Amino acid sequence: MDQPVETFATRAMQYIPRLRRYARALTGDNSAADDLVQDALERALLKQALWREGTDLRAWLFTVMHNIFINQVRSAAANRLVPMDDVAADAFVDTSPVQATDRLEIRDLDAALQALPDDQRAVVLLVGLEQMTYDEAAKVLDVPIGTVMSRLSRGRERLRSLLQRTPETNPLKVVK
Amino acid sequence: MSAAPVTELDLHAYVDGGLPPGRQAEVAQHLAQHEEDARRVAAYRVQNERLHDVYDALLVEAVPAHLHSADGARKRRAWYRYAAAAMLMLASGTAGWHLHERVAGTRAQTTQIARVAAMAHAVYTPEVRHPVEVGADQEEHLVRWLSKRLGTSLKIPHLAPQGYALVGGRLLPGERGPAAQFMYQDAKGQRLTLYVRVSNDVRAPTAFRFAQENGVGVFYWLDGRLGYALSGETDRAELLRVADAVYQQLNP
Repeated sequence: MDQPVETFATRAMQYIPRLRRYARALTGDNSAADDLVQDALERALLKQALWREGTDLRAWLFTVMHNIFINQVRSAAANRLVPMDDVAADAFVDTSPVQATDRLEIRDLDAALQALPDDQRAVVLLVGLEQMTYDEAAKVLDVPIGTVMSRLSRGRERLRSLLQRTPETNPLKVVK
Repeated sequence: MSAAPVTELDLHAYVDGGLPPGRQAEVAQHLAQHEEDARRVAAYRVQNERLHDVYDALLVEAVPAHLHSADGARKRRAWYRYAAAAMLMLASGTAGWHLHERVAGTRAQTTQIARVAAMAHAVYTPEVRHPVEVGADQEEHLVRWLSKRLGTSLKIPHLAPQGYALVGGRLLPGERGPAAQFMYQDAKGQRLTLYVRVSNDVRAPTAFRFAQENGVGVFYWLDGRLGYALSGETDRAELLRVADAVYQQLNP
C-alpha cells in the first residue's frame, strides 16, 4: 500500500488539469493561473488532514483554491482599479441589433469573463465549465444555493450582452 | 393537469441538464412558446460550449515545466515539483501529450468524451504494475462495482475473438460523476481502453465518430444515457473493427 501522503498527492494530481483550466478562465492569465494552482496544491497538501476520506476531493480542492483566490483579490483590491459594478456595466449594454457572431476569439471570451464581477465569473465557470451542480458550486463557494442561482443568472445575462457586441462597436475597454 | 410555471431556475437547470426528464419536457414546451426565453437558453448553451472550446485545451496540455522550476521569488515545494513532474511524465509518456492543434481550429469536432477518454488512455495504458484497479480475474466483482458507482447496469464486452483479452478496469472521475475504464491487451501487449460514462441527457444512438489526438485514436458514440469511447494507438481500421465488435455485444 502507498503511504497516506502519497495516496493523497496521487489523487490530488488527477485534478491538476481541471484546477488549471478553472484557474486560467478565472484569472484570465496563464502565469497567474499556474501560481494560483500551485498555491492551492501547497495549501491542500498542508491541510490534507482536513479532507475527509469518502468526500468529494475535487470539490474540496476547488474550495481550497477558491479561498486563496478570494484572499488574493481582497488583498490586491487596494492596488487595483475598482471592478466595474453592476450598474456601471449595465450602462454599457448595447441594445443595437445583434450581429451574427463568428467564431469567438479566445481573447474575446477572456475579456468578457474578466468584465464580470469575480463572484459571478466563479459561478459561471464552476457550472458552465467545470459542470458542477448548483449544490456543489454552493459548497465550493460557501454560499447558499439561492446566491449561486442569482449570480449564475446575472453572470450569464451579463456575458450574453458582452458577447453579442462586435469588437468594433464595443465601447467597453477591457485591460488584457 | 397544467405544468408549474417555468422559473429562472428552471431555465438554467434546463441548460445545465439538471432537470428530471418530465420537467425538462415541460420547459422545452415553454421555450417553444416563449421566444425570448428560448433565445436566452440558446445563448447560455453557446456560452458553455465556448468555455469548453477555449479552455479545455488546459485539460490535455502537459503541466508546463516552468511550474516546477524555482524562480527564486517563490518557494517551490518539493511535493508540487513531484506532482508536476509526474503529471508531465504520465501525460507525455506514451503519446507526446501536447496539444498541437490550435484551440480555435478543429476542437469543436473532438468532443469532450473523446478527449477525456484519450487522456485516460494515455495516462493508464503505460502502467506496468497498476494498469487497472480490479483485474480480469475478478470480473464479476468489477462489473458489479462499476455498475454500482455509475448507477447503471454495465456490460463488459469480450473481445477474445478480436484478439484482445480483458486486463481489468478502473473508476475514473468523469465530467459529471464517475466514469469507468476497461482495459484490453493483445498478445503483443498492445492495449485498448473502453471508456464509459453516464450522462443526464438521454440521447438517440449516434453513429461512430472518430477523433485522434497525438497518436491515440478514439471511436466514440452515444447510446441512451451512456457514452462510449474506444481508444487505442492502433490504426484506424483495426480500432473500428474492435469498436464494431464492442457495439454489437452491447446491442445484441
